[in-house]
Amino acid sequence: MSATAETTLTESRTLPRLRGLLPGWYSIGWGTALLVMLPVLAVLWLALFPTENIWPHLASTVLPVYIKSTLILMVGTGALSVAIGVGTAWLVTLCHFPGRRVFEWALLLPFAIPAYVIAYIYTDLLEYAGPVQILLRDLFGWQTARDYWFPEIRSIGGAILMLTLVLYPYVYLLARASFLEQSMSIRDASRMLGCSPWQSFYRVSLPIARPAIAVGLSLVSMETINDFGTVDYFAVKSMSAGIYDAWLNMGNVGAAAQIASLMMIFVVVLISLERVARAKSRQYTSPDRYRTIERYRLTKSRAWLCTLACSLPVLFGFLLPFISLADMSLAHLDQFSDSNFLGFATNSFTLSGVTALLAAAIAIVLAYSKRLYARNRSLQVAARMSNLGYALPGAVLAIGVIIPLAAFDNSVDAFMREHFNISTGLLLSGTPFALVFAYCVRFLAVSGGAVDSSLGKVTPNMDMASRSLGANTLRTLKEVHLPLIRGGLLTGVLVVFVDCMKELPATLILRPFNYDTLATYVYQYASDEQIESCSPAALLIVLVGIIPVILLSRTITATRASR
Amino acid sequence: MKKALLSAAVLSATFSTFAQAEEVNVYSFRQEFLLKPLLEAFTEETGIKVNVVFSKSGLLERLEHEGQNTPADLLLTADIGPLYDATERDLVAPIKSDIIEQNIPEHFRATDGRWVGLTSRARLIYASKDRVEPGEITTYEELADPKWKGRICTRSGKHTYNLSLIGSMIAHHGEAETEQWLEGVKANLAQKPQGNDRSQVKAIMEGVCDLALGNSYYYGKMATNEDEPEQKEWAASANLVFPNQDDRGTHMNISGAALTKYAPHPEAAVKLVEFLTQEKAQKLYAEANFEFPVRPNTPWSELLEEKMSGFKGDEINLGEIGANRAAAAKLVDKVGFDN
Repeated sequence: MSATAETTLTESRTLPRLRGLLPGWYSIGWGTALLVMLPVLAVLWLALFPTENIWPHLASTVLPVYIKSTLILMVGTGALSVAIGVGTAWLVTLCHFPGRRVFEWALLLPFAIPAYVIAYIYTDLLEYAGPVQILLRDLFGWQTARDYWFPEIRSIGGAILMLTLVLYPYVYLLARASFLEQSMSIRDASRMLGCSPWQSFYRVSLPIARPAIAVGLSLVSMETINDFGTVDYFAVKSMSAGIYDAWLNMGNVGAAAQIASLMMIFVVVLISLERVARAKSRQYTSPDRYRTIERYRLTKSRAWLCTLACSLPVLFGFLLPFISLADMSLAHLDQFSDSNFLGFATNSFTLSGVTALLAAAIAIVLAYSKRLYARNRSLQVAARMSNLGYALPGAVLAIGVIIPLAAFDNSVDAFMREHFNISTGLLLSGTPFALVFAYCVRFLAVSGGAVDSSLGKVTPNMDMASRSLGANTLRTLKEVHLPLIRGGLLTGVLVVFVDCMKELPATLILRPFNYDTLATYVYQYASDEQIESCSPAALLIVLVGIIPVILLSRTITATRASR
Repeated sequence: MKKALLSAAVLSATFSTFAQAEEVNVYSFRQEFLLKPLLEAFTEETGIKVNVVFSKSGLLERLEHEGQNTPADLLLTADIGPLYDATERDLVAPIKSDIIEQNIPEHFRATDGRWVGLTSRARLIYASKDRVEPGEITTYEELADPKWKGRICTRSGKHTYNLSLIGSMIAHHGEAETEQWLEGVKANLAQKPQGNDRSQVKAIMEGVCDLALGNSYYYGKMATNEDEPEQKEWAASANLVFPNQDDRGTHMNISGAALTKYAPHPEAAVKLVEFLTQEKAQKLYAEANFEFPVRPNTPWSELLEEKMSGFKGDEINLGEIGANRAAAAKLVDKVGFDN
C-alpha cells in the first residue's frame, strides 16, 4: 500500500448522526457514567454539610500558602514531566543514538516505582546522615550542617523532582505513541518546504502530538494534585494537606470535601481550557504504519549527548531506587518464602488484573457511546465527569465510595428485613468489590484517556463504511474499532494494572478484614519509619510493575510495523 | 452424678466450640504488627478470633456510614484524637466493666466509659548532651524563651501529637496565652517543621538544633534499633527532659480503645478490652512499642525503668485535650507555625 495523500485528515465536523442505532448505547453510556460518578457525587454531597464554615479561617491564615504550593507543585511537575517526557520520546523515536532501543522501554521503568517509596529512598540518600553528604563531609572536612550548604530534599523542589521522576512516563508514553503514529510524509513535506529538523519538530510533530501530550499532562497534574504521601513527607503545605487537616484535625469532613471539590473544579477548568484551545483542530489520521521511520543521523558527539539525556531519567527514576531497594532486601530475603507474603502478592495481582480489564471495558463503553452521540452535550459532559475520580486524593475518594455502597447495602438490608425477615448485612462494603470499584473510579481517567485518544483518531468514514455495509453498532465496534484501537486499549490495561499495584490510600480504608496487598504491607512498616523491614514487598511491587511496563513498550513499538 | 458430670462435659464442649466461633472485629488506627502478639495471646486464652482492618484515616467514616450493619466491634487508636472524634460523632457506646474501671486510672478513660486508654506516652523535650546543660530547660513554656532562638526542632505543628500538646496548653493557659506561646516557639525554630519525631533527634545529633519535641517511646525505638544501628547514635546524642515536673507534670497521650455503638459482638469486644488492661497484656502492649502501661503497678520494660521511671505525668483528663484539638489546629494556622 502506498502512503496515501489522506494520511492525516483534519476535520472540523463531528460525526453525522447515524440512524438505526441500538437504543441501548445511550442509556448504557449514561448508566455507566453515572455509576462511575457516584463517588464523586458523594463527595460533592458531603461538601454541602460542613460542621463549620472553614473558609474565613482558611482565607485569613493558610489558604494563600496552600494555593501557592499547589500551583508551584503542579506547574513545576507538569513542566518538567513534559520536558522530559516529550524530549526523550522524540529522541528515541526519531533519532539514531547509542542505546536507543534500550531506552525505548527503559524510559518507562520509573513508572513501576511508587512515589512514596522513591521519596523515602531519596531522603535517605540525600539527607544529612545519608551517604552523599557523609562523602562530601569526608572530602571537604566539614564538621556539622552549619559548615556548608546542601539543597534540602524535604522541600517543594524535592517534591517536584520526586513526582516528576515517577510521573513523566505518562507523558513519554503518550507522546511516543503519537510520534510513532505520525506520518513520515508529513515530516518529509515539512522538511522539503524548508523546515530544519527542529522546526519540523516544533511546527509539525509537536502540534500533531498535542492532544496526546495534553492527556499525559492532565494525568500528571491530577496525580500531583491528589498526592498526599510525598507532599506530607516533604512538609509541603498543598491543598491535600489542607483537606487532611480539616478532616482529621478539625473533625470537619464537610469542609474537607469542599476543598476537594474545589480542587476537582480547578482540574475541570484546566482541562476544558485546553480542550477549547484545540477544539478547532480535530485530527483523524490513518497512520502510514507500513513505512519505516527514517531517523535522523546525528554527529557522534550529539548522539552521545542524546544517550546521556535519556539515561538521566532512567538512572534517577529507576536504577538508583531499585538498587537501593534490592540492597535493603538482601537482609530480609526470608520474607519471600513467607506464606502470608505470597497471599499479599496474590491479592495485589488479582485486584489489579480484574480492575485493569474492567476499567478498559468501562472506557470502551463510554468512549463508544460518546462517539455515537457526538452531538449529545449531556452525555459528553457525563462521560468526561466520570474521569474526575482521579483528581481526588485517594482517601477522599474512599469516603466517596463508602457512602453509596453502604447506602445500597443498608437499603437492601432494610428491605429484606421488612419483607422477608432476613438480614443481609453489608453485601458490598468491606469486600474486594469495594476495592475494585474504587480503583475503577480512580483510574478510569487513565484507561479512558488511552481509549479516547485512539478511538478519536479513527475516522468517522470507518463507521459509515461499516454501517452502510449493514453491520450494526455492536458489530462495528467489535470488528472495526476494537482491532483498530487494540494498541491504545492494551496501553490502558497495562498502565491501570501498574497503577493499581501501587494504590495505597483507598485500599487501606476500604479493604476487608485481615486483608493486605503488597502496598498496604509496605505502608504498615514505612509509616512506622521501617521501610527496611518491608523492602522485599516494595521490591516486588516494582518487579511486578516492570513486566507490564516492558509489554507496554512493545505494544507501542508494534503500532508501527518495522517490517 | 455421672450423668450430671457428662452433661456438664457436653455443655462445656458445646460452649468451647461456640467460643471457637466467636470473633471480634477491630478497626485499628495502629499498625497490625504492633498489635499482633497481643491479639494472638488473647485468641489463645479465650478462643476468640480477632479480625483487623488497619488504616490511619477514614475508618470513622466507614463506621459511620455502615451504620447499624457495621461488622466493627472495636476501635483501637494510637492517640486520643480519633477516640474523641468517635465520641463526639456518637459512634461509640459506653463500656461498663468493673475490671476496666479497676485497672485504668480515671484520667486515662472517659467518665462515661466511651473510650479507654491502654498505654500512655509522654511528650518529651530531647536536649543535646553537648550544647544544653542539664536543667537549662524544665518546662514547655520555656520553649518560647528567646534564648532558644534558632535552636528548636519539631515535626509539623499539625501532627496529632503536637496538636494534643497544644491542646493541653490551651487547657491549662487558655487560647490567647497559648497563641503567644506558639508564636514564641515558632520564632525559635531552627528549621521549617518537617519529618517525624525521630528525625528531630537526628537533627540534634547533626547539630541542626539543640532541643527537639518527641514522644518518649521513640527513645526506646532508637536506642534498641538493630535494623538501623545508626539510630542508637541519635538517641545517645540527647538527654531526656520531662517537662513541668514542678507543676502540672509532663503532657501525656494515650493509645486506646472504644466500643462501637452497633457492635455485633459487644461481649467479646469488652472481653478483649479487659484482657488488654490486665497486667500481662499491659506489660506486653507497652513493651511492644516502649510505651508506659496505664495500669498502675505494672512493671515497665527495663530500658524505660532505667531512663524514665519516677516522672510526674499531667493528670488532666484527655477528653479535655481532645476537645481542644480543633482550636489547636487553627492556632497552628494562625501563627503560621508550619510555613
